[in-house]
Amino acid sequence: MFKDITIGQYYPTGSVIHRLDPRTKLLLTFGFIVLLFVARNLWGYLVAAVFITVVVLVSKIPFSYVLRGLKGIIFIICLTMILNVFMTPGEAVAKIGFLTITKEGIAVSVYMAVRLILLVAGTSVMTLATTPMDLTDGMEYGLRLIPGFKRFAHELSMMMSIALRFIPTLMEETDKIIKAQKARGADFESGNLVARAKALVPIMVPLFVSAFRRADELATAMEARCYRGGENRTRMKVLKMTSLDAWAFVVFALFTVVIIAMNHLPLPLPFPFN
Amino acid sequence: MEHLIEVKNLSYVYPATEEHPAEQALFDVSFSVKKGEFLGIIGHNGSGKSTLAKLLNAIIMPTSGDVVVAGHNTKDESKIWDIRQTAGMVFQNPDNQLVATIVEDDVAFGPENLGVMPEEIRLRVDEALKTVDMYDFRSKKPHQLSGGQKQRIAIAGILAMAPDCIIFDEPTAMLDPYGRKDVMNTIAKLNRERHMTVLHITHYMTELAGADRIIVLNHGRIVMEGSPKSVFSRVDELHEIGLDVPQMTELAHALRQKGYDIPADVLTIDEMAESIWHLK
Repeated sequence: MFKDITIGQYYPTGSVIHRLDPRTKLLLTFGFIVLLFVARNLWGYLVAAVFITVVVLVSKIPFSYVLRGLKGIIFIICLTMILNVFMTPGEAVAKIGFLTITKEGIAVSVYMAVRLILLVAGTSVMTLATTPMDLTDGMEYGLRLIPGFKRFAHELSMMMSIALRFIPTLMEETDKIIKAQKARGADFESGNLVARAKALVPIMVPLFVSAFRRADELATAMEARCYRGGENRTRMKVLKMTSLDAWAFVVFALFTVVIIAMNHLPLPLPFPFN
Repeated sequence: MEHLIEVKNLSYVYPATEEHPAEQALFDVSFSVKKGEFLGIIGHNGSGKSTLAKLLNAIIMPTSGDVVVAGHNTKDESKIWDIRQTAGMVFQNPDNQLVATIVEDDVAFGPENLGVMPEEIRLRVDEALKTVDMYDFRSKKPHQLSGGQKQRIAIAGILAMAPDCIIFDEPTAMLDPYGRKDVMNTIAKLNRERHMTVLHITHYMTELAGADRIIVLNHGRIVMEGSPKSVFSRVDELHEIGLDVPQMTELAHALRQKGYDIPADVLTIDEMAESIWHLK
């Protein structure tokens, strides 16, 4: 039942976005987040929204997948909106009991919500269009550039890759343990929350024991295959930037210019943002 | 160099821990492995065979005596990586020795550690995967493969390091009969066609029928050494130390005891049929 499990949320379509170098995607996503905070008015956010919509269309990933990521943060968005509406001092618009809604409050809360939605949409596109392994490689490369992180970078990415490798193995094992315990009369389905949590103990204990044994054996096998950390290590698959990446940077540069321009153009803004 | 591996008066004692007293696993073991040889080491659980495997690969150090691999003593720490590259090791559990999420990346793991150039790694990986007949599976994920296939990937991973010798530490113990057959065929092919030196540690007697030489370990000591036929024909002694003899050899032994004139070193069904045919 776990044979075809996909890890992460990679959605393969083979689009232009998918074929970009993971470093490009990581860097541009980071740039996109920064620009979301550079933009200071609704026009800027409109441009960013159009940009991310175009990216999603080009990536051929269905919008429902991108929006799925938003589900998890709806609560956070609502909370920040409510807090900002009432807590921002400024020109009062309405009063409900001891709470005051200010003009600035409405503006700030809308900005925050739009910013969060765009941020999640942007990062979702990136993770949907990049395999977890590519992401790990890209992150390793990025971390290496930060002074003092060089050693750390390789180890982190090795840990990530081993985790990705063993998730399906451990899930299969969990499945086996559950079946074995059920065969011996264990009950996982009835009882209240506490009883069910307790029923998980006979699954977790053997799983942990086995995971530690696996880790030990894997470490021995890795050493036997001459693994000695990241130093002097080469890679079979070297990340390569192509003209596609160059174009991505050009497009993103244009987007940056437009976002900054929006901050300075004397465009009319609707109430309460004027 | 005639002897690829030389083991001289090797002893190993597991140091005492809180739960276990110190335990000696190997007593004064000496043998050598010639280049291109297929040496089988067989023993029951606790005979010290896995300890021996770890000593050969410099994963643990001898308590006394020496292990010399391709002219390097395993005690020489500066040569440890040369030793591991020369004498690659395939372990028992197929799952716990694959590192990467994609088959070809895993095969590349060894040469990547050795600092081989990317283009060269690509060549070695393709070559190794073709040798173990797993080239078509190169972009699969390890968990989509069967045990026997995973074990062949592990062998490819060692082959890509370009070793002179491969040590197999019970590679078939966790496999089903089909996987076992696949792996055994792969090992035999490596020895015959690639002239790879093979040191096969197992407790399945039948797997060693094709070996050049067999060493039988019992309680940390070498108790027999010789060709498969000469070792297998000592049926009673093997039974005494808890080892199973190939079925046909066992049958020959039983028939001989009943007074039939059948050679004691029969290994295969064909040989048995032949000797029964010649009975008067």
